[in-house]
Amino acid sequence: MVPLWMYLAVAAALFSIGVFGVLARRNAVAILMSVELMLNAVNINLVAFWRYSETGTDLLLNGYVFTAFVLIVAAAEAAVGLAIIITVYRNRRSVIPEEARALKG
Amino acid sequence: MELNAISIGFVVFTIFTLGGAFGVVTTRNLFQGTIWLMVSLFGVAGFFVLLSAPFLAAVQILVYIGAIAILITFAVMLTRSIARIKERYIRTLPNFIASLALFLILLLGVTIPIFGPHSPASIPEYVASTRDLGAALVDENGYVVPFLLASVLLTAAMIGAIFIARDETT
Repeated sequence: MVPLWMYLAVAAALFSIGVFGVLARRNAVAILMSVELMLNAVNINLVAFWRYSETGTDLLLNGYVFTAFVLIVAAAEAAVGLAIIITVYRNRRSVIPEEARALKG
Repeated sequence: MELNAISIGFVVFTIFTLGGAFGVVTTRNLFQGTIWLMVSLFGVAGFFVLLSAPFLAAVQILVYIGAIAILITFAVMLTRSIARIKERYIRTLPNFIASLALFLILLLGVTIPIFGPHSPASIPEYVASTRDLGAALVDENGYVVPFLLASVLLTAAMIGAIFIARDETT
């Protein structure tokens, strides 16, 4: 059986790659994809801890259900985020987040 | 770690997940980036299978690869300004160093505490099945309130996305 820390190491690597994408990429769609990678890293961690934890029978599903809700929130985030990106693109002809600064004081 | 089907699967899915993630953050063409994202999400679904959560793996494939990746593909097609972006990255080196430092901190922070006496000696024999999940989601002592809130959130997100993306000139 694969030990727990290897799952955590893979999740940490995936999260760091996602952080690099969010910080460094210039295209808003690429940034959103990197956010999805970070959410997936969190999901791996949640399921791994759920699988390896030795809790009582009444707490047996917490990690599992939490992961399902993270998936739901990720779906909602992707839908709203892409709608915002399309609207910004329609108004400014750009998908670079730095160029959408109409609200900047 | 002995060599068996689970460890081989772990290595394969690690290559899928991390290789796909590298593809997402390095590729210039966003279409290819979407394909790499699908590869990476498929690897994560494989991890869910290894961790005996097959329902989550199915949901991962259906929701992420089936819905979110296709949605991103549509967004890429609707926002064609790839040629305008000359450079892929901003502040590449500081961001790379920051990400690497974050990775090392995370690696030390999450792996050191579970070595030694806190390391789980054996994983639990009994695993909750999909039937247990379904029962817990509608159990009033379980997760029925978050379940209903999630459906409200999905409805709100769907209506909000349609409202935001609507073209007001037509």
